[in-house]
Amino acid sequence: MGKLIDESGRRTDGRGPHEMRPLKLEVGILKNADGSAYIELGRNKIVAAVYGPKEVHPRHLTLPDRMLIKCRYHMSPFSVEERKPPQPSRREIEISKVMREALEAAIITDQYPRTALDIFVEVLESDGGSRGASITAASLALANAGIPMRDLVAACAVGKVDGQIVLDLSDVEDKEGEVDMPVAYMPNLDRITLLQMDGKLTIDEFKAALDLALRGCRQLYEAQRRALYDHYFSSAQQEVSK
Amino acid sequence: MSRRSFVVERLRKEKMKELLAKGQRLDGRGMTDYRPLTISTSVVSKAEGSAQVHLGNTAVIAGVKVALDRPYRDTPDRGNLIVNAEILPLASPYVELGPPDENAIELARVVDRGIRESGMVDMSKLVLRPGELVYSIFVDINVLNADGNLFDAASYAAVAALATARIPEYSLPEGSSTPTPTGNRIPLPVTGLPVSMTAAKIGDYVLYDPTEEEEAVMDTRLTMVFTEDGICALQKGGSGGWSPAEVVKLVEEAFAKAKEIRGEIRRMLGIGGQAEAAQGSGA
Repeated sequence: MGKLIDESGRRTDGRGPHEMRPLKLEVGILKNADGSAYIELGRNKIVAAVYGPKEVHPRHLTLPDRMLIKCRYHMSPFSVEERKPPQPSRREIEISKVMREALEAAIITDQYPRTALDIFVEVLESDGGSRGASITAASLALANAGIPMRDLVAACAVGKVDGQIVLDLSDVEDKEGEVDMPVAYMPNLDRITLLQMDGKLTIDEFKAALDLALRGCRQLYEAQRRALYDHYFSSAQQEVSK
Repeated sequence: MSRRSFVVERLRKEKMKELLAKGQRLDGRGMTDYRPLTISTSVVSKAEGSAQVHLGNTAVIAGVKVALDRPYRDTPDRGNLIVNAEILPLASPYVELGPPDENAIELARVVDRGIRESGMVDMSKLVLRPGELVYSIFVDINVLNADGNLFDAASYAAVAALATARIPEYSLPEGSSTPTPTGNRIPLPVTGLPVSMTAAKIGDYVLYDPTEEEEAVMDTRLTMVFTEDGICALQKGGSGGWSPAEVVKLVEEAFAKAKEIRGEIRRMLGIGGQAEAAQGSGA
């Protein structure tokens, strides 16, 4: 042990234990989608798009009291070291499900009964923590589509690497670290909407990890707000200052 | 699996919340009570290990089969563990026929995570020749009657089947390329028993071991898997959310409760402490 964090407490990419990788968020990047967003987190490059509310296909899936949310998380074959076959893997099917549940908590679904909403996420390049980054981007795409929401959902992963609790696992930390724990959080409502973990933690370590994850999510939430602000208001502001 | 009529579900949820406000559940249990749990092992003689679990009306059977195979490229010095789950069409009127859907896939992956991450089976001892030949341990889980909390029932069944399995031993002498059976049947290198605990939230109420009826109206769910000294897997489900304070309280409480259930499972499997579990009985 000790190969992922050096004596001075630096991680393999030079970060401190509680530091997030460089982040870039962009809103409204696809012309056809009702809402879209792009995220770069480290070398993660992920596009999210939202279509709807629209008619439900097939019809028997219609929910009489609320909107049907569908979600697809998909990794491009070239997004990882070894080519990933394009058909959805079991991992992708599970992530699509937990992601849908993480986002649905924020959507006011009963305002659009008998309709469907499609959320598509494409991971163009994967670099550890892609499900968190996907949720962060998809949440922005939902806001960009004008879907009524209770809050934004921000998500990141924490983990245990060389015995230390760290924020925002990189690819190598995800693969070789001891614990990976992705968390999605609605900061204003104080609700956790995705929580997964694998690896061994004591109960005290778990509490510390959860705490760190929520701090990371709040940080991402501020970045989400800024991205929305930049998209909708910065150009308007420039007009005013002229 | 989804129930159809939302009017009935709404009415049921209101009724359930009324009862929960008085500290009651529809089946009369307390909030943290589990339904009666029974485990019978070696129920399928052709399987290397098997177990049938009843958790209230939920019934699950798990079988262990073993094959020799190449190790995965990223774990050349470890055996393979493959967990699969099917919610059989005979298990409930709400199951659709077809390949495993997202519910069955999630079930299998969460059970897998609990067993794998707990280190229950020491996979490094299941190697005949590193990088070339290892034991592949297949755990197949069938849900026979779905009445809620499939995660815990499936996990107990898989754990019981693995803990009591007797697998054929092979040898692969230096220079030889064909493994030969020694004729012995050996227990798996089991180091401890992970215990899965699931709770659901309905309104402001948190209840353990939800029935199908309770799951149909729950806001959210949390499955936690515990080792003797900590937590090794988590999975939140459902389209609601937990407050961080609720999660922390739940994890602490469930960790204590998992010790009771582990004791119960040990008694039913006829194994005592860790060392005994590792040796197995009558290999």
